Amino acid sequence: MNPVHKKIPVLIHNGKPVCESLIIVQYIDEVWKDKAPLLPSDPYQRAQARFWADFIDKKLYDAGRKIWTTKGEEQEAAKKEYIEILKVLEELGDKPYFMGERLGFLDIALITFYSWFHAYETLGSFSIEAECPKLISWAKRCMQKESVSKSLADPKKLCEFLVEMKKRLGVE
Amino acid sequence: MSQVTVLGAWPSPYVYRVIWALKLKGVDYEYVEEDVLHNKSDRLLKYNPVHKKVPVLVHAGKPIAESAVILEYIEETWPQNPLLPKDPHQRALARFWIKFGEDKSAALFGFFMTEGEQQEKATKEGQEQLRILEEQGLGEKMFFGGDEIGMADLEFGWLAWWLDVMSEIAGVKVIDAESFPRLHAWIQRFKDISAIKEPLPDRSAMLTYFKGRRATFLALAKS
Repeated sequence: MNPVHKKIPVLIHNGKPVCESLIIVQYIDEVWKDKAPLLPSDPYQRAQARFWADFIDKKLYDAGRKIWTTKGEEQEAAKKEYIEILKVLEELGDKPYFMGERLGFLDIALITFYSWFHAYETLGSFSIEAECPKLISWAKRCMQKESVSKSLADPKKLCEFLVEMKKRLGVE
Repeated sequence: MSQVTVLGAWPSPYVYRVIWALKLKGVDYEYVEEDVLHNKSDRLLKYNPVHKKVPVLVHAGKPIAESAVILEYIEETWPQNPLLPKDPHQRALARFWIKFGEDKSAALFGFFMTEGEQQEKATKEGQEQLRILEEQGLGEKMFFGGDEIGMADLEFGWLAWWLDVMSEIAGVKVIDAESFPRLHAWIQRFKDISAIKEPLPDRSAMLTYFKGRRATFLALAKS
């Protein structure tokens, strides 16, 4: 179903595959367009949502990875970089969710990384909440929705998973 | 009519994606050249503080950055001569190939930034991605967009003009008619479209510019 990248996620709808997570989210928004629109209707707002989702995808995963695969000075630099990225996102607004009153595309792009915070904090010995309190309160707001809290991975399990990965990769 | 401005740099293929989209849709715009290598303007830094890059589209005073994001905005704001299909699955496929082009750019441009054995390896890697693009992205279609040019064609537009210049400078043949017949045929078709052809930068100016860039990359790699 994904011969080009051989990766997940893949959405299969009526036998046809859709690949790349943010492309899948847009697909879902277009096909099931009568319920809970994920992207705003205004083209400029949509562009902002896409821009920041792209920013998250470009920066956050690799920065997070550096936190648990390095130590000492390198790890300190990685933690600093991670917090800087989160702080930029934190500045995006004062609304309950990124683009307004309802959870949408950009919230979805970021909230999935929330499950990893506990693992990074544990392995990096730092507190994300202390540096980015607004972001954490946004995350907790998202988690109040069952659709989010029941589908995200258990942060403790993710932490255990990374501890295991560290051993396997020989990072200590 | 609201003012449309494009902040760009004449050698950048990313900028042309935006120019082509506007021309294909018949949208008037003002073009402003930025000296991105040596002297980024306050205007650029104000309009793209996050990445400080071109292209930036400014519409009615509001800036949008990242060529793929700009293309989607152009498509939604000026729906004439659509660059994306109507069907959601086809749209997802177009977006998939656009993202492929972005994600693989290091592999695709690798041949230009390297020399010797490294360059041989990089050229092969780039050709592997181009093989995937030709067989699975383009397939038997006239254009990536189907019978008509679309957003994904603009993403790969650099293959039609920049690749040849870069190949000449780097001394490698990346694509030719025998090894990549379908991509080669697509290149000819793409370049034939007047909205595409008309704004293309002067080839000899490109040769000079990109020779300098290659020298810089090679020097950086050595240091």
